[in-house]
Amino acid sequence: MARRATPEVNAGSMADIAFLLLIFFLVTTTIEKDKGIARQLPPMEEVEPEDVIIKQKNLFVVNVNKSDQLLVEEELMDLKDLRQAAIAFLDNGGAPAGDPLYCSYCKGQRDPASSDNPDKAVISVQNDRLTSYKMYIAVQNELVAAYNFLRDRESQRLYGWKFTEVKKAIDEGSFQGDEEAVQEKLENIQQLFPMKLSEAQPKKQGQ
Amino acid sequence: MSKFTKKKSSEVPAVNTASLPDIVFMLLFFFMVVTVLRDNNLLVQNTLPKADQVEKLKKDRSVYIYAGKPSQRYQDKYGTEGKIQIGDKYTDVGNIKFALTELRAKLRPELQDKVMVALKVDEETNTGLVSDIKQELRELNMLKIIYITTPGNETEN
Repeated sequence: MARRATPEVNAGSMADIAFLLLIFFLVTTTIEKDKGIARQLPPMEEVEPEDVIIKQKNLFVVNVNKSDQLLVEEELMDLKDLRQAAIAFLDNGGAPAGDPLYCSYCKGQRDPASSDNPDKAVISVQNDRLTSYKMYIAVQNELVAAYNFLRDRESQRLYGWKFTEVKKAIDEGSFQGDEEAVQEKLENIQQLFPMKLSEAQPKKQGQ
Repeated sequence: MSKFTKKKSSEVPAVNTASLPDIVFMLLFFFMVVTVLRDNNLLVQNTLPKADQVEKLKKDRSVYIYAGKPSQRYQDKYGTEGKIQIGDKYTDVGNIKFALTELRAKLRPELQDKVMVALKVDEETNTGLVSDIKQELRELNMLKIIYITTPGNETEN
């Protein structure tokens, strides 16, 4: 041959190689989508704090026993009713008009035997050590849902948007508009219905 | 120049596959970018409980604790009691602090104070084990925790 052209590299197997790599990454991919219920643990106290006295009517006791049964305020309850019960308790606003604790935005029954004010209302969850984690999370989820429902309602009334939706948008970074101003409003709403969930140390079985 | 004159072929021409590698490469790059290689293999069963009132986890500032029954293939050796896994090995309750301090040191320095502990606990586990973990976390002053869940709702089924 007189002409000496460099022969072209055969690229026919390129697709095969790429496919091989592609399949490898397809198999190993786990698109992370971890979501969950966030909680702040109480810090360790050096000195045992004095027992704060909470009025019985401001306390909503949720008891879960070792066979995952719910006892809410001394009554057996199904999980599906827990959310409504918690909402009714938090939103009660039992303090009479004129009282410093009077809750102007509550829409509940205003039953003097239930919570005075959302700020005073404490939900106490007591677990047995043998309660299943599934039930524990389900209870926590329902209680958070109760707070979210009330916060949504208030933010809808005051600002015209939903608390949870805006919070989610900010979390995901897709929020349009002035974030700082909204952050302040979110805190306002949180103050109207502060999340007061208390968790006692789980009881040992049989106690 | 008869070399370049083409004969009209009566056959159906083959589909041109020259751009196939490009397409495949595009897919390849997509998966390469989104891939997170699983850095610790699970030694415990991990069916997460369901919840819908959830927040997103910030990955860069979190450490993971797994808990649950040992996986099927480890059950002969370790039994069926709930166990804690940190990193890629089983950990006792007493060792949690040490293991977590080690993990925290691997995070970016400016985020080490904001560390969040992600609890991936199997739904069959007893709450007792979880509260033991929480007690250790309190002593370690890592107070932000997040219970990782899967979407859904327990009351719906």
